[in-house]
Amino acid sequence: MNKELLGLLVIFGSTMLLPLPLGRYLATVYRGNKSWTDFLAPLERLLFRAAGIDANRGMTWQQHLVALLTINLAWFLWAILVFCLQGSLPLNPDHNPSMTPDQAFNTAISFLVNCNLQHYSGESGATYFSQLFAITFLQFVTAATGMAACVVVFNALKEGTTEKLGNFYNYFVKSITRVLLPIATAVALVLVFQGTPMNWGGKASIVTMQGDSVSVSRGPAAAMIAIKELGTNGGGFFGANSAHPLENPTYLTNAVENFALVLIPLAMVFAFGYYLKRPKLSYMVMGVMTVGCLMLLAPTVYYEMHGNPAIAHIGADQRLGAMEGKEVRFGAAASAYWGITNTVISCGSVNSMHDSHMPISGMAELLGMMTNAFYGGVGVGFLNFFVFVIIAVFISGLMVGRTPELLGKKIEAREMKIAVIVALLHPLLILAGTAMSAHLYAGNPTEYAGWLANPGYHGFSEMLYEFTSSAANNGSGFEGLGDNTPWWNISTGLVMILARYLPIIGPVAIAGLLARKKFIPESAGTLRVDTATFGVMVFFVIWIIAALAFFPALALGPLAEHFTLY
Amino acid sequence: MKTQLLPALRLTLVMLVLCCGLYPALITAAAQLAPGHGEGEQISKNGRVVGFANVGQKFDKPEYFNSRPSAVDYHADASAGSNKGPSNPEYLAAVKARLDTFLLENPGVRAADVPAELITASGSGLDPHLSPAGALVQVPRVARARRLDAARVTALVRAQTETNPLGPDRVNVLKLNLALDALVGN
Repeated sequence: MNKELLGLLVIFGSTMLLPLPLGRYLATVYRGNKSWTDFLAPLERLLFRAAGIDANRGMTWQQHLVALLTINLAWFLWAILVFCLQGSLPLNPDHNPSMTPDQAFNTAISFLVNCNLQHYSGESGATYFSQLFAITFLQFVTAATGMAACVVVFNALKEGTTEKLGNFYNYFVKSITRVLLPIATAVALVLVFQGTPMNWGGKASIVTMQGDSVSVSRGPAAAMIAIKELGTNGGGFFGANSAHPLENPTYLTNAVENFALVLIPLAMVFAFGYYLKRPKLSYMVMGVMTVGCLMLLAPTVYYEMHGNPAIAHIGADQRLGAMEGKEVRFGAAASAYWGITNTVISCGSVNSMHDSHMPISGMAELLGMMTNAFYGGVGVGFLNFFVFVIIAVFISGLMVGRTPELLGKKIEAREMKIAVIVALLHPLLILAGTAMSAHLYAGNPTEYAGWLANPGYHGFSEMLYEFTSSAANNGSGFEGLGDNTPWWNISTGLVMILARYLPIIGPVAIAGLLARKKFIPESAGTLRVDTATFGVMVFFVIWIIAALAFFPALALGPLAEHFTLY
Repeated sequence: MKTQLLPALRLTLVMLVLCCGLYPALITAAAQLAPGHGEGEQISKNGRVVGFANVGQKFDKPEYFNSRPSAVDYHADASAGSNKGPSNPEYLAAVKARLDTFLLENPGVRAADVPAELITASGSGLDPHLSPAGALVQVPRVARARRLDAARVTALVRAQTETNPLGPDRVNVLKLNLALDALVGN
């Protein structure tokens, strides 16, 4: 067997092992039961006292949302302030300038919403202060926000009728102290011992063996990279993200980083089952997500490992696969695996340049973000999936002529309206944004010539990818796009805000409404949602809503390009 | 609003201390024990730092093993890939030109023996490696330029090859060229 494929099996296999125990642990922690990390409880009490928060107060779904949105607003103002002033703040040994207001707006939103779209390059566009106090900070707290919102939904699906859905601050703080900080520390330690820098002295000026003068950017990278992957944020310390040989120095760090980003989204699915004491339910969810992920993974690995037919035509040896935009130490297979895991999970870090991937791989990456529910981001991936479950329950209820109910709660018009709005918002933002950009470009190709790095179908794909990535809060890019302009900064900024908060507000509201309803015990007439049949149903609902809506756009971009190449 | 805003601000401050103060301090302290002390692993020759083990640098002279093409010409403070799409005609012409140049500089080599990484740009523009085939195909040229026996240079490449049971084998170009200089006592 090809050893690169063997490498994939090893990475994928280990990926499937740890989330199960971690999910059980998460359920224990969020329930407030005894766990081996209870030695952290005094620290948490100290944090709550310092913040003046009563972590035991039960909150309604509205109170949860107010708390969540208020603290997010505070973070936004803090981040935009840091980016606008970074040039004059301390910890700037490379003397990088402050961001322009539109770029600061885009960057602050991007990290606030866990998207991490980057219209700047880490080496020249950010300082150590902003990398740490704005970016690393947001990478921790936004991941914890997603996890806390997810637990609120878990609470609502418990048996019985209730108004109170736990305490937001409690879930938020515990997500950081009990999960994110310890695991991020472990990952960061692997990185520094493998050669990732964690220093404060600025660039190193060297003269190479051939006699060229070069400045080598460094910085406090290891700490940031660990949480960038673990929190499914994805924004790189350096411009080339995890393709950069200091950000991701070895095959081992590549496997560890890839593992870290998959860990929590998968664990949340198992946590859901343990939390509700319905483990079969989480196997159903896990099955649907994994099948979806593998369907996108297989063609991508195939096409990347087989190389570019246009280069085969020139006559070069492509045994290593399509090497444009890839690093030798990872190879084509691990790069393809990374590309897909980072797009089905809304992490969006890259270890090879997606813009240079084969058209079908680019399409699979786009589809990963368009569905956005095959694992999805920390916490929010599950929320997206939850919306599709509501829709699937409703449709199956109608098909068999029963009142649609989910776990003993009736699904009625109000919940359905919210679910459908959230589900349709995603294609609307992506397609409208792409259409407007394409219209602008087509109307004045000379003025906007700087936008596209590639002509024809691929240029269209670059614009489509940018909006898809923004709406999926993914943050990867077809980076050939010249995106640091007011149009791209502001339009994608707005898309990112809408695409983050509505898909959190919607499911939490549905959950709150369901929690209040009368609980109907299971009977022979109940539609069981923890079966393979229902899993198939959800799978097709996702494909029909999320994938088919995008078919025309995909036909104009990657599909058209594929047929010109092959 | 005030009852919401005040705890939010105080919690933000608390988290800044925890995630941006204590956590990076811990990692920085641990880095002091790591190879390179968290500064990046530097490589010296005759007492002068000539590069970082993990950061690729430009080698384009015939007497050195050449590194991969780079979209940023190996400027290690501006990493980036080319971001060229696979069907871009301008890009494909550039790849063809790189291949022709390589064949010209390495007479006797056939196009089918040139691994693609030698004519395509890496993702970071700073790829420190080549595949073993990418180094071996340059052996005749390097040996000629250095007036060395090709078998000795081939043996050098084999000695510098790092194997990986799960991913591609690779050769660190900087370390290979250092070993090459050492071989001729330069």
